[in-house]
Amino acid sequence: MSEQLAPAPPPPGAGDREPPVKAVRRVFSNPLASLLMVVVTVLWTIPTIGLLVTSLRPEEDVSDSGWWTVFSDPNLTLENYHTVLFEGGFGVSGGLMPYMVNSLAISIPATVFPLVLAAMAAYGLAWVKFRGSDVVFFAIFALQVVPLQMALIPLLQLFSGGAHIGSVTVIPAFDLSGTYAPVWLAHTMFAMPLAIFLLHNFIAQLPRDLMEAAVVDGATHFKIFRSIVLPLSAPALASFAIFQFLWVWNDLLVALTFAGGTPEVAPMTVRLAQLSGSFGGRWELLTAGAFLSLIIPLIVFFALQRYFVRGLLAGSVKG
Amino acid sequence: MPTATAVHLADSAWTDATIKFTNTVGAVAGFLGVLLLIFFAAGRATGRFSRPLAVLVMIGPAILLLLVGLVIPLIRTVYLSFYNDDSTKAVGGSNYGWALTTESIHQVLWNTLQWLVVAPLVATGTGLVLALLVDRLRGQALYKSLLFMPMAISLVGASIIWKFVYQDRDPSQPQIGLLSQLAISLGWDDPPNWILSHPLNNYLLMIVMIWVQTGFAMVVLSAAIKAIPDEITEAARLDGARGFQLFRHVTVPMIRTTLIVVLTTVMITTLKAFDIVRTMTGGNFGTQVLANEMYSQSFVQFNVGRGSALAVILFLAVIPLVAYNIVQLRKEREHR
Repeated sequence: MSEQLAPAPPPPGAGDREPPVKAVRRVFSNPLASLLMVVVTVLWTIPTIGLLVTSLRPEEDVSDSGWWTVFSDPNLTLENYHTVLFEGGFGVSGGLMPYMVNSLAISIPATVFPLVLAAMAAYGLAWVKFRGSDVVFFAIFALQVVPLQMALIPLLQLFSGGAHIGSVTVIPAFDLSGTYAPVWLAHTMFAMPLAIFLLHNFIAQLPRDLMEAAVVDGATHFKIFRSIVLPLSAPALASFAIFQFLWVWNDLLVALTFAGGTPEVAPMTVRLAQLSGSFGGRWELLTAGAFLSLIIPLIVFFALQRYFVRGLLAGSVKG
Repeated sequence: MPTATAVHLADSAWTDATIKFTNTVGAVAGFLGVLLLIFFAAGRATGRFSRPLAVLVMIGPAILLLLVGLVIPLIRTVYLSFYNDDSTKAVGGSNYGWALTTESIHQVLWNTLQWLVVAPLVATGTGLVLALLVDRLRGQALYKSLLFMPMAISLVGASIIWKFVYQDRDPSQPQIGLLSQLAISLGWDDPPNWILSHPLNNYLLMIVMIWVQTGFAMVVLSAAIKAIPDEITEAARLDGARGFQLFRHVTVPMIRTTLIVVLTTVMITTLKAFDIVRTMTGGNFGTQVLANEMYSQSFVQFNVGRGSALAVILFLAVIPLVAYNIVQLRKEREHR
């Protein structure tokens, strides 16, 4: 460049004594950028606000006018939530309450099971060295490539019919239909590759001295796992737990396949997907139902954002 | 209005909830209890069996779950894809032939391809622009939270939110869908029924995915932009780089890896997501995609052979994306 040796012109708007970083900041934080961001953010938020507002309006208002008219004519009620939770109101008996309970009853064990089993495996692979442990770890790592769709049919057949080689029954048919067990099991299985991979990354980097000291003191692997590894891995465990909980809570595919659509086991997502197809007209109820299913993820998101983003970035290839 | 039956129903709903929670807590407690017992028993072992036993107890359950839940099903799905609808007769490659030659599946593959290109590119592009805009703005945490929020909710929830936005009404009546109202206020007297208008409806469905993924792209890219050393930007500025030039020759090359990882990640999600199509149109009106067709063939039509073949096609399409992605992430981690 020709003016290489000439003193650089000060960035526009920069005072003489202003440090360069500040000057750069000033250039970027122009009002146009702020304005654009505000516009985009409002645009992004409006659809959700529309859902929330509609869920709080009486039936007649919802069908007679757009939700945006609420700002000139506020008339709000919580009745839709009562109807949708306990009465149904979709022309079917029973509300969403059982499904909401199912969502929780599916998500909590489907988070705890893989969390504990994966932490054990991660510790085993990282600290109980044995011949071939690297190969095993790499194989598990590679299994992240498999989409859920590849496992659904055989796994469903296994749960309903057992496994046979010729006429020999290897695994008998468990009568698990109508229970949460198939959904828990499926989520646990599908979570393993990612969970082991993430936790292994963390657990393998715990201080070697600490582990060796514990061994010298005569602690068994089980003791080390419980009293050293688990407490020290809390941040990684929390990140994965939050990610997995929301993943299961928001999942439709696994639930639809393994839980079916009955109020005994089906979670909110399955029910809402059904209702959206058949009862799209009753918007005040559908929106209330949808908002109920969003509350827990939103609370988790705003309360634990830091962990959430970390877990999510790590887990973005899952499934 | 709470009536007597409703109160009764509410009562039984609480009873039902209590039973379910008791069962769930019992299952978790039982699981942890059994583990503790095994730990206790295996911890007693001494001598030369103690290490193999530790390996078995620690890794065994995970390996078993992976074998039964992923490895064997993977092989079996490939196997089933060469059999007929109820897996009683080998049919060679005819399920794949069906997938590649049937008219209706052409539409599905074409839609999937459009999804795969449009949604990730738009989401990543928008995310990049927003990341640049928000960089160094005051109060950026708030913008990021609100834009990232859709990522926390289910695709079913997101689909219902947008289905309401696209809701159609006769133009003589007061509108309840935001999009129609907007179109009418802008002077379009008779806007179409959005969800039914092919091929527009495909893009309207993609907007849901873009709405969800843009915040993700933005947050990741914003972190990458912040990680560019100040000296580099500064040096480029001293050399006279400004605005778009700076963006093209400094920012983009510096975050290239992240950019590609974000793009491929959104592609993977897009390829596998069936929730949006299932919730919004059920695959009707010319909006069907591969993931939802796979579900319908397998669990609605009960054609195991065709469903498996579609799953394998999906798998083959995903492999290069995931493999690339994982290798990149691993490289980056080693780099640090």
